[in-house]
Amino acid sequence: MSRPEHQAPPEIVYGGEEAAKYTGNSRIAAIQAEMAGRAVELLNLPEGYPGFILDVGCGSGLSGEVLEEEGHVWVGFDIAPAMLEVALEQEATGDLFLQDAGQGMAFRPGTFDGCISISVLQWLCNADKASHHPKARLMRFFSTLYSSLRRGARAIFQFYPENDDQVQLIMGCAVRCGFEGGLVVDYPNSKKAKKFYLCLFAGQEVNGVKQQ
Amino acid sequence: MRLITHNMLQCHVKGCNANNFPLELQEVVLEQEEAEMNEDFLRNMLTKIEYDALVATCLKLDINDLPATIPADAAYNDEFLQILHRVILETHIKSGKMVCPNCQHNYIIRDGIPNMLLAEHEV
Ligand SMILES: [Zn+2]
Repeated sequence: MSRPEHQAPPEIVYGGEEAAKYTGNSRIAAIQAEMAGRAVELLNLPEGYPGFILDVGCGSGLSGEVLEEEGHVWVGFDIAPAMLEVALEQEATGDLFLQDAGQGMAFRPGTFDGCISISVLQWLCNADKASHHPKARLMRFFSTLYSSLRRGARAIFQFYPENDDQVQLIMGCAVRCGFEGGLVVDYPNSKKAKKFYLCLFAGQEVNGVKQQ
Repeated sequence: MRLITHNMLQCHVKGCNANNFPLELQEVVLEQEEAEMNEDFLRNMLTKIEYDALVATCLKLDINDLPATIPADAAYNDEFLQILHRVILETHIKSGKMVCPNCQHNYIIRDGIPNMLLAEHEV
């Protein structure tokens, strides 16, 4: 089976029918929730700290539910209107935006205490339109994300890298935008269960103290 | 979209870097939805909120509940936190538009979802 990001742009692949299927499939939903749970864990926020969290490519709000359960308030965006419609039907608790990660974000500096993103990052490496330059899109995304995070906050991306070059491209852009970090690989020896999490740190906390 | 999130937004059109906050709300339809009060979350957000912009935005929406200046003891002022909670976490913008005070870009809000997509020349 070919990778979905090779078939068409995300707003097409996750059109009406696919959006409903994707959300209605309990196996997919369970895997999504598990990965979201792991991403939230990797955010490493202090116990009981209710954060303001960004969900990049929030889809129908599956990962938002996990954030909600952990006591966080979340904001999510997605480029697929059909996915956002499903999120509305499901009465997602976060604020939703129709937005393209590659165009950068409009949040003020220091807004978020963390960012999670499930199965989205590989899409940013595509050139779906003649005007799309993956590197430029990654740079806009990471630079505006870096600014929107408070210092010391983390951004955790579960994604499906296609090859090492892609990982290098993504990592290179993130580092040039100020991030530090690396790759966490869960179940590295299982072809099926293997999961990649890019863990990025937005600078250091001021004086080693959490900003309240 | 809740008012807290509106307070965190600025225009992101290419080259629009000054006087691009707060986005002016126009022709909005509001809805109140109850939400569980979380004092710790509100305290966390106190340092992030641009209070003057919040008050100004609220006044334009005929929401007159917030004091003009933030109380010195805001973090532990129960009455103030209650009002703040109601205004920023229970007030939802269902439809309307956000207009950039600098470049006049219109961000349309439908079904509570702002459209932040830009045209190619605005990226
Ligand atoms: Zn503007």
